[in-house]
Amino acid sequence: MKRTTIALAAFALGTGMAFADTVAPGNVAFDGYEVAESLTGTPGDPEKGREIMTNKSEGNCISCHAAEAYADVPFHGEVGPMLDGAGDRWSEAELRGLVVNAKMAFEGTVMPAFYKTEGFNRLGDGFTGKAHPEDKPVEPLLNAQQVEDVVAYLKTLTE
Amino acid sequence: MKMKLLHGIAAAALALGAGTAMADEDAELVINGDLEIVTKTDAPAHLEGAVGEIMSGWRFRDSTTQVMQMDDFDNPGMIFVDDARDMWATAEGSEGKSCMDCHGEPEDMAGVKPVYPKWNEAAGEVRTLQMQMNDCRENRMGAETWKYDAGDAVAMEALLASVSRGMPVNVATDGPGQSTWEQGKELYYTRTGQLDLSCASCHELNYGNMIRADHLSQGQVNGFPTYRLKNTKLNGIHSRFKGCVRDTRAETFSAGSPEFVALEMYVASRGNGLSVEGPSVRN
Repeated sequence: MKRTTIALAAFALGTGMAFADTVAPGNVAFDGYEVAESLTGTPGDPEKGREIMTNKSEGNCISCHAAEAYADVPFHGEVGPMLDGAGDRWSEAELRGLVVNAKMAFEGTVMPAFYKTEGFNRLGDGFTGKAHPEDKPVEPLLNAQQVEDVVAYLKTLTE
Repeated sequence: MKMKLLHGIAAAALALGAGTAMADEDAELVINGDLEIVTKTDAPAHLEGAVGEIMSGWRFRDSTTQVMQMDDFDNPGMIFVDDARDMWATAEGSEGKSCMDCHGEPEDMAGVKPVYPKWNEAAGEVRTLQMQMNDCRENRMGAETWKYDAGDAVAMEALLASVSRGMPVNVATDGPGQSTWEQGKELYYTRTGQLDLSCASCHELNYGNMIRADHLSQGQVNGFPTYRLKNTKLNGIHSRFKGCVRDTRAETFSAGSPEFVALEMYVASRGNGLSVEGPSVRN
């Protein structure tokens, strides 16, 4: 029974289908710059969050943000603030809002919105340099559970 | 002396393992021991409030890369300049003319590169050097035009840059080309793509910072065409623009497009006062 559920879940993720209780990018409820409600209802996995943040082909947060917490991974960026202590400075709702769309908190920030699929200028098809086909669904930079995983990891960055 | 010091640094860096050398932002660029290049100076007036000091990309590269540009024998870009020198003297097209027949020696073209892109009165448009070269080929030589930023065009641009090395970039921001310049400025500050970044996001607000292992420069184009160690060829400005826009996950403009002509004009003018240093060496 349990195995069936996992298999179905894997299938849904693999094909990019959303769970019934996953909040779509266009439906994220902001209160100011905070997002109180989990995007998936499934608690984030901090270990996965760390992997997503330090992996070039996933969140690649490390490109801009340094942290002692992942000092074992080489080449930390300096564009954004250091993330050590982020779990003290921000609540879970604030962190979720910052990852989903940091522009809600900081107008004009260079930080991309990681859970957004509309309102782009000259949207490309990934890194091809070509226009994004109109009939192809736009994928956010991170999916809903990845956002939750990143938020869970950020909450562990306390000092 | 400086050069010896740099060579020392380069040797040390090699000993430590290539790629670990950090940028030497205080180094000064002197080519072949006597050609002094301005790689840092006060920003032009139109950048007031945005940038105080302008710096060539040379200052942001590691010392091993910096050294390669200090001697023409070490600069791989000069191989393409030599090829272009041959092309300069070779007659082509239905008129049987070479560049040299009208323009004399390449050295007689010193001073041309620093003012491009520039308004062409007869054509009623702003033109890049490559556009002007193709006008010559088509209308004076009766030769086929070159593909934008492709090998021959970018090599010839490198030759014309090389004979102006050391002269200050001086692109007009007013006069009849002003509206094109304004269009370029607009593009510079317009965010694109899923990453929602403008040129300014990285090259005005974050120059000097690391983005992963890359040291963000001011995105100056005074060193173009540029020999990149990354792809071991000469690179044109528009091709570089394309790479940057693509990396914002956006639909790019094409090389030679009116948008990139305008952007080149504006970005070049942000370097007014820096020396022309093409062909430069970058990573």
